[in-house]
Amino acid sequence: MNTLELTLLIWLGSLLAGFLGSLTGLGGGIVITPLLTLAFGVNIRYAIGATLVSVIATSSGAAAAYVKEGFTNIRIGMFLEVATTVGAVMGASVAARLPASSIAVIFGIVLLYSAYMASRPSPPRVADDHRDRLATLLKFDSEYPTTAGLQSYHVRGVPAGFSLMFVAGTLSGLLGIGSGALKVIAMDQAMRVPFKVSTTTSNFMIGVTAAASAGVYLQRGYIDPGLAMPVMLGVLLGALLGARLLPRTRTTWLRALFAVVVAVLAVEMIYHGVTGKL
Amino acid sequence: MNKPANRWTDQRVETIIGNLLRAGVSLAAAVVVLGGIVFLARHGRAIPHYAIFVGEPFELCTVSGIVRRAASFRGRNTIQLGLLLLIATPVARVAFSVVAFALERDRLYVGITLVVLAVLLFSLAGGHV
Repeated sequence: MNTLELTLLIWLGSLLAGFLGSLTGLGGGIVITPLLTLAFGVNIRYAIGATLVSVIATSSGAAAAYVKEGFTNIRIGMFLEVATTVGAVMGASVAARLPASSIAVIFGIVLLYSAYMASRPSPPRVADDHRDRLATLLKFDSEYPTTAGLQSYHVRGVPAGFSLMFVAGTLSGLLGIGSGALKVIAMDQAMRVPFKVSTTTSNFMIGVTAAASAGVYLQRGYIDPGLAMPVMLGVLLGALLGARLLPRTRTTWLRALFAVVVAVLAVEMIYHGVTGKL
Repeated sequence: MNKPANRWTDQRVETIIGNLLRAGVSLAAAVVVLGGIVFLARHGRAIPHYAIFVGEPFELCTVSGIVRRAASFRGRNTIQLGLLLLIATPVARVAFSVVAFALERDRLYVGITLVVLAVLLFSLAGGHV
């Protein structure tokens, strides 16, 4: 296969991954690295570098649409970015020292966890009017638009959320993914930020977190222009198409299907990592 | 007419940031497409070597190197410049937030945002731990 053919195939695969990732809300990045390594035989370090770049593209591209809706809480995002960016730089530095097989196994485990989280309905939450001192100090309490007008919310669990964000950032830097699912858990579950605000703020944060890893990746030579080009352009276009289709699509079965795909890729990644085939 | 203190509301800042991000991504994508066409026209028939990690040439690994090489109009260099623009987009967003929080006179968040900006610049300057 020559470069032109491979580039077109990778572009098509990335387009599909970006499309499904956007429709299911799981993000396209999580399946690109397995796709590149398992199907196209790309070295995992190049795959991670190309995926990371595409994560920045989709995050920044989608943010423009999100902010207009007024859900993003920029203060929560910025404060937590202290944790994610520091984590990302550390994760990216660790990635350079780990053998490819270990990265593959960790990647597989994170994929399995994502598949499990995607297939599980989110637990019910109790409304909480309690004001948290730290959250008040950091001016986290805000409001967001609902069909019934502006709804105010109170945030809590700042230390737990901050710690989870550090983990999310480290995984993001280590594996070149957006860690969107973990970011949403940190805000939605630990800090009791409303779900809509969590998802949009998480998307906003993903680009900044990935940019922190990108500096390290760039310097280590993980970002190959010939490979990153079709991945970034494919994922970006796919994500935009998915976002356009999203309001008109029922995604329950699609989410389940995507979770199965992710789980299969997870097992493959772990198998290849353990047997040293990557 | 609003009072000056009210003109920089969070909502307005976020709208500007949203547009900034979209412009950055569009510009980056356009440069990558341009570089991609040149790259494929020149090297499309070559056999790719993505299976073995060798890293990138030194000039494509640093911000200054990429910017210096960008004028040479080789496909790979142009793509890398586009990718650098893409990476710079969230950085610009954070830098803009520093200004926005300063205009809102929110010292706490000027400080927090400066920390984030410092980490980003540290990483892009080639720092790692």
